[in-house]
Parts: sequence; C-alpha cells; structure tokens
Amino acid sequence: MQSSAVSLQEIVDSALESHLGKIGALLPVLYSIQDKLGHVPRQAVPMIARAMSLSRAEIHGVMSFYHDFRSEPAGENIIHLCRAEACQAMGARKLEQHVIRRLGIGFGETTADGLVSLEPVYCLGNCACTPSIRVNDDIHARVTAQKFDEIMDCLEAKS
Amino acid sequence: MALRIFVPRDATACALGADEVADSISKGAKGRGTDVEVIRNGSRGAVWLEPLLEIQTDAGRVAFGPVAPGDVPGLFEAGFPGEADHPLSLGPVDEIPWLARQQRLTFVRAGLGDPLSLENYQALDGFKGLERALALEPQAIVDEITESGLRGRGGAAFPTGIKWQTVLDAESDGENHQKYIVCNADEGDSGTFADRLLMESDPYQLIEGMIIAGLAVGASEGFIYLRSEYPHCRKALEEVISRAEQAAYLGDNICGSGKAFRIDLRIGAGAYICGEETSLLESLEGKRGMIRFKPPLPAVKGLMGLPTVVNNVLSLAAVSTVLAKGAAAYRDFGTGRSRGTLTVQLGGNIKRGGLVELPLGATVRELLEDFGGGTASGRPARAIQVGGPLGTYLPESQWDVALDYEALAGIGAMLGHGGVVVFDDTVDMAQQARFAMEFCAGESCGKCTPCRVGSVRGLEVIDRVIAGREREFNLALLDDLCSTMIDGSLCAMGGLTPYPVRSALEYFPEDFSR
Ligand SMILES: Cc1cc2nc3c(=O)[nH]c(=O)nc-3n(C[C@H](O)[C@H](O)[C@H](O)COP(=O)(O)O)c2cc1C
Ligand code: SF4
Ligand code: FES
Ligand code: FES
Repeated sequence: MQSSAVSLQEIVDSALESHLGKIGALLPVLYSIQDKLGHVPRQAVPMIARAMSLSRAEIHGVMSFYHDFRSEPAGENIIHLCRAEACQAMGARKLEQHVIRRLGIGFGETTADGLVSLEPVYCLGNCACTPSIRVNDDIHARVTAQKFDEIMDCLEAKS
Repeated sequence: MALRIFVPRDATACALGADEVADSISKGAKGRGTDVEVIRNGSRGAVWLEPLLEIQTDAGRVAFGPVAPGDVPGLFEAGFPGEADHPLSLGPVDEIPWLARQQRLTFVRAGLGDPLSLENYQALDGFKGLERALALEPQAIVDEITESGLRGRGGAAFPTGIKWQTVLDAESDGENHQKYIVCNADEGDSGTFADRLLMESDPYQLIEGMIIAGLAVGASEGFIYLRSEYPHCRKALEEVISRAEQAAYLGDNICGSGKAFRIDLRIGAGAYICGEETSLLESLEGKRGMIRFKPPLPAVKGLMGLPTVVNNVLSLAAVSTVLAKGAAAYRDFGTGRSRGTLTVQLGGNIKRGGLVELPLGATVRELLEDFGGGTASGRPARAIQVGGPLGTYLPESQWDVALDYEALAGIGAMLGHGGVVVFDDTVDMAQQARFAMEFCAGESCGKCTPCRVGSVRGLEVIDRVIAGREREFNLALLDDLCSTMIDGSLCAMGGLTPYPVRSALEYFPEDFSR
C-alpha cells in the first residue's frame, strides 16, 4: 500500500492531476487517493479543498454521503456481505450471524489484527446463486457458514 | 485445429468456480496432449447451469453443466472433450429447454463468444444499428425509437422516444451546444443483474446504443455511471471502451463520419439513491446524491444544467437492436402496450434461476414453475417480490398476473427493472417489512421528511408490532405512516417503500402476530 517514500501530498497531487478539470472531479479524486491508501486521510481533505476551491465541509459532506469512502484505514481485505432480499431468501441472515461471530466484529469495523474489514452491501448482482459475499474484487456464491470459514482460513494463511 | 472450449467469464460464473474450471481444463488437456483453445465467453444467463461449459463440434456446440472445478478430472476420464457420456452432459446447448424457450433480442449474443472481442461483436451483426444511424438524420433516428415503442428499462417505463425528442428539441446554452448521454448503470435494485450481465456478456451493444443516442440528440459526450459493486463490469467496460477508441468507434471521427462521441466511465460510491436519475446527475457532478426537484427534467436541464438523456443500460442496448432490425420488428415483439422483450431476473430461493428474456406477458407462476422449477430448498414457495426492494410482495393468489407494466399496475405492483425474488415458506414477512423500512432509512437522501423520518419511525413501529406491544394501535400508526410516505415523498424511494411493507401486512398478516 503506502510506500513511505511517497508523501500524502504527492498522492493527492497525482490524483488531482489525473482528474482536475473534468466534470465532477471530486469523486474520481477521492477514489484515486483511496485506491492507493485504502482510505482518504483527514489531512488530505484541506489539500483537496484548496486545489478544487471547495470548502472542507463540502468534501466531508460528500465523503459521508457515500458508503464507500473511508476516512480510517481499512483492513488488508474488505469483505462485503450481501444483506438484500435475494440473499435473505437463501439464509443471509443466518450467515450474517455466523460471520459476525467468526470475525468478532460488526459492520463498519476491522478485526484487531487488521486482516478484515466487514461492510454490508445491498446486492452484488449475483442473485440466482445466493447468499453472496464479495472478498476484495471476488464474488463468492452460495456461501454457507462452512464455505465462509474456508475463505477465512485461506485469507489467514495468506497473511 | 485446436478444439474450442468455452468457459464463461462473468462475475457469477467466476463466483461458481469458472476460473478454476478453465484452468484445470487447460492443464488436463495439456497432460493428455489434446490441443484445446479455452475461450472465456460471456454468460448465457442460465445461472443454475453455471459454470456452463461448451465445446464446439461439427454439429454445433454441446454443453456440460454445472461444472464444478472438482468435476473436470471425471469429465476427462469419461472421454472429454470428445464424446463424453457423463451425468453433466446437457447435449446441444441450443436445445436446453430453459434456453430454447426464451426469445432473445437484447441477450441474443450473450454467451456466444468472447465479449471483449470487437471482431466477435462485428461477426455477430454488431454495429449494424450504428451503421444505419450514421446514414440517418437525427430526427429520423428519434422517430425510429419512438415508433419502436421502446420504454425505459430502468424502472419507470417512460417512452424512450419522447425523452430523446425532448433532448433533441432542447436548446443547449453550453459551450459548443453540448448535450450529454448518461447511461444509468447503477443497477441498485436487489434481485436484479440484467445490466451486469449485459455489460459483462455483450458490452459493445451498450457502447453502440450510446453512440446512436449521441447521434440522435446531438451529444458528443457520454458517461456511464457504474455502481462500485460491479468490479468485473468495470474491467470489461474499461477494456471495450479502449478497444472501441482504437477502432474509431469512439473519438473525434466515429467511423469516418466526422462526428464525435466519447465515453467516460464513472464509478458510483455505494449509494442506492444514486440510481435515481437526478441524484445520479448530482453525483456525476461530484456532489452528494441529493434528489433534485422536477421539473426541470434532466432532458431539459440535466448534467451541468444542459440537456441530457439519462437511460438505463438495457434501454440503450435495445436501441442498437431497434436500429438494426427496424422499429416495426421491435414493436411487434410484445403484447398490448408493453413493447419488445422483458428481461426477468429470477433469483432468491429458486432451483433454476437466471436471466429469462421473453416477450412481455408471461405470468409469475410460469416463471416460478416452468422456468424456475420451484424453490431451491424444495419447500413450497410463499412470497415473491417483484420489482426490487421497493416492489410488492405477491402471495400465491396473485401469481397468475402477467408480467407487463399494465397488468402489474392493476394489482398495485410494478415490474421495475424485472427482478423476481422467490421466498419459501420459512420466510418471516414481518422481518421483510421491517427490512424495507430499514433499507429506506439507510438509503434515504434526506431531502424530505416523510422519507427520512418516516422510515426511521416505521422501523420503530414495526419493531413494536413484532414485539407484540399495542399491536392494533401500532398497526394503525404504521398504515398512517405509509400513507404519509406515499403522499409526501419527493421521489420513489420514500414513495414506494410502503409497497413491500403494506403488501406484507395485507397478504401475510399472520406473520405480524406470532
Ligand atoms: C430510488 C430509485 C432508484 C433507481 N435506481 C435505478 C437504477 O439503479 N438503474 C436505473 O436504470 N434506473 C434507476 N431508477 C430510475 C431512474 O430514475 C430513471 O428513471 C432511469 O434511469 C431512466 O432510464 P430509462 O428511461 O432508460 O429507464 C431509479 C429510480 C428511483 C426512484
Ligand atoms: S423520498 Fe427519500 S430519497 Fe427521495 S428525495 Fe425524499 S428523502 Fe430523498
Ligand atoms: S440480493 Fe444479494 S446478490 Fe443480489
Ligand atoms: S419536506 Fe419534502 S416532502 Fe415534506
């Protein structure tokens, strides 16, 4: 993730350079920073504000409106658990209880070892073979408690 | 010549192990000295058969499915990829009844070849609509769309031709009279995945439709607003946009016509409400996705205050078909006032789920029984939610309703984006009603009180009903709240949330007094 040689200012500058001047540049700028660092650090906000002639409050307002932006670091892996209807119909509520028990955290939290952040999601477009979860950019189908444990074992082994 | 074997590459096939299957086929073939070419095709949408593997033979393509990674060694032992007598053998893919009974227009190419290959798209009659559009005046293109009867597939079923006419007629006071084409690829409705499937299995069709839209209304810039929950789509779209640019389908001089059109892919940030078109436009402008008051319509004052076409992925894709086949051919496909095809997404607790494209008018029961084969759990189905998270829950007594806009409206339901989610008899409808309010409370843009506050109150009241506290009083209160939300909300988020709640109460009252 963050290589110590690259300063936050440089990351913000490069994000601004890629997107400034576009229509609605703020979201792409925020994403570009978050893609590199896993979150948008608070110190980045005044830098963006200055360059884009926005107030800090406006940027905070945008970041808090959208579920995807984080101002705190994320875990090494992000697990999105689908809580929507097609998944509910196949036992997502039970799976959710298992996931919360296994990880020992709730939604919006990160495990103490920094391995996993857990987020809710409302549909992954995988509705005919549910319950669905997303681990980073991979979707998993028909997830049972056992299958979830296997996924976790795999993540733990990799770390 | 190498034997051609197809293994789908879309997010769902991969979620079911398609990458591992493709890998072990390559390895297995190599180990046996068989010359095979593994092609990662799009999905045909038969999710229950995924990963659906196909082999090209002289007599056409034969299929095996669903093939789990662990099945591959056994397949080879049975003689694969030659004649294989194997329990997973499905015979000729075109004769699989679940697929053969569909009538595909928009998804006719899905699964046939490598979806990222521009040559493949051209070979399958791609860009025929664009070719025709390039020879037509803008008004003639709009007329074609109007005559086709195409209605928006994003949920509101608004006639696309009328929308385009408004944008064509609108004066743009922007630089170079700029107008915009915005593709709504937010596909926020739970239970829906047709947009995703199209973008992963036949993405050039969307690109083609957007270019045609640009030619029709005089817009040289387009945006695709894609939800962040679809990382596979993102990769596919990035790739096809870049290939289309290289082949001069996009850029300053499309197909040598002297006309320009560019597409910018933008990623949403996890807000359901940004699927609503004015919220989407705010988000594209880099702001919070607050709903705008209408009028002015986006067609008149849209992105950056300029005339803008906002259309769903499937609407824009259908445009390619309308232009390629002609308005009349498209129009005559449907029933009554519902024109063209319906793309139902059959999901939830269902044995044979996936994407079903039919002329509008099949009944819910036909879908559940004939296509779906009943529930996945084998228990009786009890409730079916049609039209996404803001859609009505239908009890069995309503399953003979036809899936078209008018018939559903007649029973207080809606088709929306075509999501059909099945629940078996273990469902607790009080929990489903509770979830509808919870979802609204979490996703409300906050602009108006009935939605923002009403949903939070609604959640509390349902909790009291579930807990058995002053049931009669609280049920009356809930009904009142629902009326307030329906009458007083600015957009359909607050205005439709009462539908799943009220239908749960009306058709499944026993679940509220356990
Ligand atoms: C709460 C809400 C969410 C919506 N979500 C979507 C969506 O995810 N995708 C979509 O195409 N339309 C969605 N719509 C409908 C759009 O506002 C708009 O009608 C549509 O993009 C127009 O395109 P069409 O005419 O091609 O259907 C939503 C509407 C509302 C009220
Ligand atoms: S109904 Fe809800 S989502 Fe729609 S404008 Fe009002 S507060 Fe926003
Ligand atoms: S509802 Fe969970 S993937 Fe669609
Ligand atoms: S405040 Fe917006 S509808 Fe009441």
